[in-house]
Amino acid sequence: MNVLTHYETPLLQSPFHARTAAANKMHSWGNWGGYASVLTYEDLAMEHAAIRNTASVYDLCPMVKYRITGPDAAAYLNRLTVRNAAKLSVGSVHYTVWCDDAGKLEDDGTLFRLGAHDYRLCCQERHLPWLLDSAFGFDVAVREETEEVAALSLQGPTSAAALSAAGFDVTALKPFRMADFPFGRGRLMISRTGFTGDLGYELWTTPDLALNLWDHIFAAGELLGIRPIGSDALNLARLETGFVITNYDFTPAQQAVREDRARSPFEMGLDWLIDWDKGQFTGRQALLAEKAKGSKWAFVGVEIDGNISAEGAVLYHDRKTEAGVVTGACWSPTLKKSIALAQVERRFLAKGNLWAEIYALRELHYAKLMQRVRVVDRPFFAPDRRRATPPGRF
Amino acid sequence: MPTRSCDVIVIGAGPNGLAVAIRLAKAGRKVLILERQATERPGFAPGFTAPPLAHLSYNLDPRVEAGMNLSSHGLTWAAPVLDTTAVSSDGHHLRLSGRDLGKVDGPLSPEDRLAWAALSARLTRFASVLRPFRDMPPPRLAKGVGNDLWALAKIGLRARLMGKAEFRELLRMFLTNTYDVLNDELSDPLLKGALAFDATLGTWLGPRSPNSLLPWLDRLSGGGPRLPAGGMGALAASMRNSAMAAGVTIRSGASVGRALIEGGRATGVVLDGGEELRAPLIVSAVSPKSTLLGLVGPQALDTGLVNRIRHQKARGGAAKLHLALSGVPDFRGADLKTRLVLAPSEEHVERAFNPVKYGQVPDTPVMEVLLPSAHEAGHAPAGQHLLTAVVQYAPHNPADRDAARADMLKAALAQLEAHSPGIGGLITHAELLMPYDIETIWGLPGGNWHAGELSIEQMLFLRPLPGLSQYRTPVQGLWLASAGCHPGGGVSGTPGWNAAAAIERAGE
Repeated sequence: MNVLTHYETPLLQSPFHARTAAANKMHSWGNWGGYASVLTYEDLAMEHAAIRNTASVYDLCPMVKYRITGPDAAAYLNRLTVRNAAKLSVGSVHYTVWCDDAGKLEDDGTLFRLGAHDYRLCCQERHLPWLLDSAFGFDVAVREETEEVAALSLQGPTSAAALSAAGFDVTALKPFRMADFPFGRGRLMISRTGFTGDLGYELWTTPDLALNLWDHIFAAGELLGIRPIGSDALNLARLETGFVITNYDFTPAQQAVREDRARSPFEMGLDWLIDWDKGQFTGRQALLAEKAKGSKWAFVGVEIDGNISAEGAVLYHDRKTEAGVVTGACWSPTLKKSIALAQVERRFLAKGNLWAEIYALRELHYAKLMQRVRVVDRPFFAPDRRRATPPGRF
Repeated sequence: MPTRSCDVIVIGAGPNGLAVAIRLAKAGRKVLILERQATERPGFAPGFTAPPLAHLSYNLDPRVEAGMNLSSHGLTWAAPVLDTTAVSSDGHHLRLSGRDLGKVDGPLSPEDRLAWAALSARLTRFASVLRPFRDMPPPRLAKGVGNDLWALAKIGLRARLMGKAEFRELLRMFLTNTYDVLNDELSDPLLKGALAFDATLGTWLGPRSPNSLLPWLDRLSGGGPRLPAGGMGALAASMRNSAMAAGVTIRSGASVGRALIEGGRATGVVLDGGEELRAPLIVSAVSPKSTLLGLVGPQALDTGLVNRIRHQKARGGAAKLHLALSGVPDFRGADLKTRLVLAPSEEHVERAFNPVKYGQVPDTPVMEVLLPSAHEAGHAPAGQHLLTAVVQYAPHNPADRDAARADMLKAALAQLEAHSPGIGGLITHAELLMPYDIETIWGLPGGNWHAGELSIEQMLFLRPLPGLSQYRTPVQGLWLASAGCHPGGGVSGTPGWNAAAAIERAGE
């Protein structure tokens, strides 16, 4: 007889759980895609500092991963996503998005070309029905492999040095490229990718090697300031580099209940990904029409006066007319500025004169602030070391 | 080498392909029709030609009949008005006549006689109110999309001008089922059987299926069954003659393998042999399902659209029976120049539908029988007779297709024998086309007459799919014009005529 105990552990545990749980001194857990995921291990400031100054390790396992294989894999992905997957060379990675028929975003993700007919797609939300529906007429196999992969993100200036110390020579590895190494009785794939906008790598292996990998990397990085980081620190880093997260910065089309909430690549500043010449992809006709007609919304990075994080603030034009909303914000520890990502109606963007209405809770009373907003280029923070090859020795 | 010899390529030389072709040709365009079938199908018996799928004309579009000037291209009517006999197995037949079949001769109670006269008049009135929908592109739900508000207002006004009581009746009955309507008003099983059969002819609905009244209203708006002289093949021939006279080129035996799509635009077609033909405008008069999934292919379309067309319902429930008879059959004295309906009661029609839901063959199918050779010579060798019948319901995808065909033939012949004792001894040859045979021969998905089921969830702006109802596809330069489009099937030419109007309006 089966013993049903799933309700006792409603959150799944990643293959690194024995290590992450031991390091989670604050017992601070969150739910990421059904997994128990650490928010802050010990101290947010120290964890963010590790990303920007030494080396940080983040457990990536809850990220949803799909494997797409078969003779039509490239053609399939070209039809699914807006970018040209056929042009992606074997051993390379690119960032991409995909849309519904109406040209509204369903998710963004990173696409790894593992072989001529073998891709891995990593993303925030689950999409198996859509991916399978999209496979009709293509000679491909699509399956979810989230639980078959153990992955860590190793980010920060000393990350390359830590990998060298661990015996993995990645000095020649360029951004968005992968390399494969023997590890234990299996393999370790290292890609120069990440979500911090800094020098960094992502390490991919099988769950049986997960704990060995964790121990090996931490031993190698001991003198390089390595420390585990939670999602809170990663969120600060991603805001500083201006990356979007599905369901934070936009509501995916397949989940949006309200008709006007879905956003197109144009409206999220992601239209640069679109390859108009590669042929058909889902949403192409709708996006061509939007391109001709113009978009309602824009997505921008802004700096805000003062030092209060503008999380969730409403943006106004001329202090009076509602013009948009802040989707992510922080006081940037690196830049020493209040920064934010925001959806803004285009007609107000052109006019400028934008203001953020911030409610700061001060001992159970809200202090209402109206702060000036300046639209600035993203990324807010983009150190040269993120791209330098070979990586600098920090 | 690719050749560009025409302005428009039309795929399929059925009534809709011919209708769209002639209308565009008359506007000065050079039109080429590509037809898959090389020649006429071989006859099923010596001296007998192979009858086409439809054996009667129910809803030939008057605009097409006049616009193609069919009368001057050989179309005459063997029976311009065809009465219907509800055949009784004890010889007490009912003969229904008039355009709305409202007049009944035969043993019927005075109450039923009055009730049917009132009901048939009402149904005909409703049908005529809804009739204008057939001649226009379906209205769209979005704002500012160029709906013909004047035409829609006229339909609404006509409906309202029937008076409050009739308008309310229309709204009450619009989506109801045939079985309930018949039993609300009538009591005679034979009459109700014939009417229940008529209502569901060619659909995948039983009399008790929700909204089964609506396809009946649609059928009634066509004006009643007619038999062309020479049979339906002669009607098709007159349409072809008219098209050719207008300068349309028809290439038979030209099976289109796929559409050529370049930069999101249809630029031509590739024939199965590999030959490329190019034209700036491609009109597909084959079913939307085959067009989008076969000729265009999922690779060139959005995933959501491919999903919807894959799931578009296309189940055929009608089989076609052809019999060569060595002599005149006797349906217990029924007039052989009428349309003979073998459906003892509305219950029988529903019970004949039940098995096909599970892929099985009914024991006692219901059918519409026609003897073209009773009307005129030429259908069969002298002294012999051709019997054609639509037999319902047949499973469209049974586990064993050959066994189902054999069972269905046996069941159909048993029903014929019950209504026409001795007919079995007259049969020299028999051919039964199941829905899957119809799919193979005529390319109709699921063998469905309408190239996609006709029921409310696939009508008007939902036909063939939401977003495709205006005959335009997402592929620029590719248009749909088959029975799978609004307003549906039958040998009407209406979807083709409407599609040509839409193409002209779009300036393509």
